[in-house]
Amino acid sequence: MSRIRPILAWAALAALPALLLSNGCSREPDAGAGVINIYSARHYQSDDALYQAFTDATGVRVRRIEGTDDALIERMLQEGSASPADILFTVDAGRLWRAEQAGIFQAVESPVLRERIPAQLRHADGKWFGFSSRARMIFYDKERIEAGAITRYEDLADPRWVGELCIRSGGHIYNLSLMASMIAHHGAEAAEQWAAGVVANLARNPQGGDTDQIKAVAAGECGIAVANSYYFARLLASDDPADRAVVTRLGWIFPNQEDRGTHVNISGAGIAVNAPNPSQALAFLEFLASSEAQTRFARGNNEYPVVSGAALENPALEQLGPFKADPLDAALYGIHQSDAQRALDRVGWK
Amino acid sequence: MLPLAAMLVAGLVALPVITVALHVFLPDEGAWRHIARVLLPEYVRNTLLLVTGTAVGVLALGLSTAWLVAVCRFPGRRIFEWALVLPLAFPAYVIAYTYTDLLQVSGPVQTFLRDMTGWSARDYWFPPIRSLGGAIAMFSLVLYPYVYLLARAAFVQQSSGILEAARTLGCSPWGAFAKVALPMARPALVAGVLLALMETLADFGTVAYFGVPVFTTGIYRAWFSLGDPVSAAKLSAVLLAFVFTLVALERWNRGGMRFHQVGAPAAERKPYQLKGGRALLAVAICLVPLFFGFLLPAGRLAWLSWMGGDDQFGSRYLTLLWNSVSLAGISALIAVSAAVIVGYGLRLRPGAPMRFAHRVAGLGYAIPGSVIAVGVLIPLTMADHGLRAWLTSWFGIEPGLILTGGILGLLFAYVARFLAVSLQSVDAGLARITPAMDDAARALGHGPGRTLRRVHMPILRANLLTAGLIVFVDVMKELPATLILRPFDFDTLAVQAYRLAADERLAEASTASLAIVVAGLIPVILLARQVSRPAKRRQRSEAARLMVSAPA
Repeated sequence: MSRIRPILAWAALAALPALLLSNGCSREPDAGAGVINIYSARHYQSDDALYQAFTDATGVRVRRIEGTDDALIERMLQEGSASPADILFTVDAGRLWRAEQAGIFQAVESPVLRERIPAQLRHADGKWFGFSSRARMIFYDKERIEAGAITRYEDLADPRWVGELCIRSGGHIYNLSLMASMIAHHGAEAAEQWAAGVVANLARNPQGGDTDQIKAVAAGECGIAVANSYYFARLLASDDPADRAVVTRLGWIFPNQEDRGTHVNISGAGIAVNAPNPSQALAFLEFLASSEAQTRFARGNNEYPVVSGAALENPALEQLGPFKADPLDAALYGIHQSDAQRALDRVGWK
Repeated sequence: MLPLAAMLVAGLVALPVITVALHVFLPDEGAWRHIARVLLPEYVRNTLLLVTGTAVGVLALGLSTAWLVAVCRFPGRRIFEWALVLPLAFPAYVIAYTYTDLLQVSGPVQTFLRDMTGWSARDYWFPPIRSLGGAIAMFSLVLYPYVYLLARAAFVQQSSGILEAARTLGCSPWGAFAKVALPMARPALVAGVLLALMETLADFGTVAYFGVPVFTTGIYRAWFSLGDPVSAAKLSAVLLAFVFTLVALERWNRGGMRFHQVGAPAAERKPYQLKGGRALLAVAICLVPLFFGFLLPAGRLAWLSWMGGDDQFGSRYLTLLWNSVSLAGISALIAVSAAVIVGYGLRLRPGAPMRFAHRVAGLGYAIPGSVIAVGVLIPLTMADHGLRAWLTSWFGIEPGLILTGGILGLLFAYVARFLAVSLQSVDAGLARITPAMDDAARALGHGPGRTLRRVHMPILRANLLTAGLIVFVDVMKELPATLILRPFDFDTLAVQAYRLAADERLAEASTASLAIVVAGLIPVILLARQVSRPAKRRQRSEAARLMVSAPA
């Protein structure tokens, strides 16, 4: 052992430069159609197929690092002008806004993107674009709560529902963006009152993910849950008997259909200000807006396309049906995010 | 020369921690005040409860099993001896997911209960798994092996003469345990508990999933929700100060006590033979942590992967495995070498500056991985930009990011986080070697370097291996720093598990989680074998005893 150890150590030291070189030098342009480097906060396995489809269509190779949004933003900031990243792909409008504020994105002029993506789902100067959306829905126990008793987010704070509500942590971005939209619509004070009402109605401390809230309703621990559409769509599409039982017991609501529409958040991307491969990056963004990619978001990951007329090809989403989405400018989620967090902290939404 | 190298290594390893701590002097954006006013009391209360509960938990599980296995004989002891280390292969977040899946209101246990009794979910009380108590249970179950390993090694290596002396002076077996064995094992126990607590403090995945707001939650909230990294770093600095105080208090309390050993280890000692009810009790005590910390969760994961599991299972997993294992192996080698240099440096030059450097270098273990990652990114990208400017202006080449573009940043982060682990083990080993040996070697004409190589390293062999294996397992499990710092298209098993778990696909995530556990098992079993080989060690210690018998 005492003789092997130094040998191993030297071997490791010798291997280091090799490992470094194999992964470093990331800004070098690639032979052939080229390469793009994506920093992605999306964590869906279906994205592998999406990237492959892009490579098949254009010949451009995709390299990716998946991580959490803010950490990736921090990494890009530190890397600065030497950053290999071409594209930052995230799952929340608030994060897109923050990345834009940090000066990470460059403005892009693309008639294709301008035409296909609705104005409220993209940055005015083309610094980022939303490519898919998800609705924040309300689910209820059909055995305990009559249909039509809840139609709006505002109803969640109704004292009628004390001890009935399950929702995840107030630190989670899905709830922060919902709260930011409440602030945008009702003002900070009224939104905080609403949040206090929600907290008063909680059946249990906020915990777990969105799927856990849905399943807790089915198990009878609470009567009402708030969760994103694709988690429920996934249960709808499942043939596991336990999931079927959950789906049969639950009713779903697209909130605020009579007024402003349901709160939706977006997954979106922009081109890095120091992108080494800007033209390939633009080709990638335009690919994401293509009908083929838009349908992939729906088919592969139960997300809603943002380009009107894109086919869903997803029975679960068809079953949920069409809904009216809140046309609020997605950048407002970012602008109000910090205030939303402070308000939720103050009312004790853990 | 060696002390200088030790200072250098300690400084380098401490660089990320220092970078974080320096943020205290930067202007923040107000998140700090908001958190201090609105949230901090609850964070501090929960953190203290969590830390206290976990300390009690790991001590209860680790100390009792270590003592039983080390000095008693009962059926199954030889299996427990290594099997009790197995829970170490479980990342805390994985065991938390697994138990939640089992015990939450929609899980199989409660569903079965409702089906049997006809109750609804609100008709009965069931201990909530996602709670402070649940978090304490999870951490205790996966972290007690630190205490077990170090305490067991201490008990096995205790000089038989001392225990025998205690017995001849009229101590009962319990008395000998409480008055002699336990105080003698103190450095090992403290080291084990400290490791467990630092890992608890740094954890985010488990407490976030359980909805237990602790200090780490505040760090993440300041940074991610309030967009204020400076405030996040300030909170981390407070956490650092807390750990630093904890360590300093223990050192101060220990005072001038020394724990050098002379004479043969206890392997020659006549073990206590347990029979009947007492043997049964011993088996039960050892079975509890093994069953709940390993067999049950591993069984559940295996069942989940068998029923559903990850569609990508196949050749992709070989790559993931290779990435995980090679990162873990290289980091373990670096961390152990660094620990030897730093630990030995302190032995050579035990002054205040060296002690400070030694302590700061080990603080990274209590810092959440994401924060360490940023602490690594800042100095490393600065070096990178300098290197790039230099290469461009002198040689006209555009190298990109050499340091952060590859795995160097990752390795740096791992060593910064896990040096504490290897350092504890090396220190514990060095503390047992009486300085008389150093003096003898030096008197016989060896320099400090040769003394280290020819005297200390052979004696430390078990400690070095232990240190390396624990770092290996820790790196296999590490997630947040790996996520941020890895190169393009470089996924590990932990990353794969995270990808699926973050998408709330726990059944699919079971495959990668199980793979982490299985890949971690090999070093863990090696580790266990390492501590249970008395025959070879006896030969070695025979030589050691010859060397030190005179000053005794």
